Amino acid sequence: MKFGVAQFPGSNCDQDAYFAVKDVLGQPVEYLWHRDRDIKGCDVVIIPGGFSFGDYLRCGAIARFAPVMEAVIEHASHGGLVLGICNGFQILCESGLLPGALIRNDGQKFVCKHTPLRVENNRTALTNRTQKGQILSIPIAHGEGKYVCDEETLKALNENGQVLFRYAGEGANPNGSYEDIAGIMNQSGNVFGMMPHPERACQSLLGSSDGLALLESLMTPRA
Amino acid sequence: MPLVKISITLKPTLLDAQGRAVSGALKNLGYDNVEQVRIGRYIELSISASQDIDAQVREMCGKLLANPVIEDYSYEVVK
Repeated sequence: MKFGVAQFPGSNCDQDAYFAVKDVLGQPVEYLWHRDRDIKGCDVVIIPGGFSFGDYLRCGAIARFAPVMEAVIEHASHGGLVLGICNGFQILCESGLLPGALIRNDGQKFVCKHTPLRVENNRTALTNRTQKGQILSIPIAHGEGKYVCDEETLKALNENGQVLFRYAGEGANPNGSYEDIAGIMNQSGNVFGMMPHPERACQSLLGSSDGLALLESLMTPRA
Repeated sequence: MPLVKISITLKPTLLDAQGRAVSGALKNLGYDNVEQVRIGRYIELSISASQDIDAQVREMCGKLLANPVIEDYSYEVVK
């Protein structure tokens, strides 16, 4: 299974994602430069974390119009897998591939720490190697990760099982996200966005290997 | 050359964490009568005259300058 990792000016988790796929998962992986117009035949595209285009205007607002994103949107429209992590999640929301938006943390601060996440739906391409209700320890690192959307969207996310993860435990919500949402998917189940960084939790040496199950899930053949 | 002045604000239903912090700072300075602070973004476009400036500006705001999910915008064109 071939992975692609998008690179924008200001991406800073691209090498972590590349490492996780190549050295930990042992899968072929290529960088996808933001000016590229194709995704080099990749099966899964990872939009990594960072501060694409300096987070100017709004996080992800400018990256969303990079040429490579046209190819990513095309890939997604044919059911191709796309995973946006942190800034990648913001880019996917800006591009309309995922509903809602991410705004400044309620507490104003940039929060960087391991966070307990509860798996809400394990019947997805990103979570099939986890258990429903399982608690994963995966770090977050963001200043603008408060997930918001209108009531109708929130209702639809809940009804369709599109909420993948919630911050788990009393007072665990680090940013004020609606209903403790940490990660979602689109209605067709092929585009995923999450604020926590699974690529930073893929080896015990890094403090947790709980993120590995998510990357491995992406490799499970789909019906 | 016409000048377009665009102001973009977070929708009123959303908590403005930045505005809340500034409001606290103003209170500390003794401005007890400040009820609320909302912080937005201001953009100026110098744009060559065309008949469709309004349509163009609305399109630019809808596509890029504002995010309709979380923001409202208003603008004026100064000839």
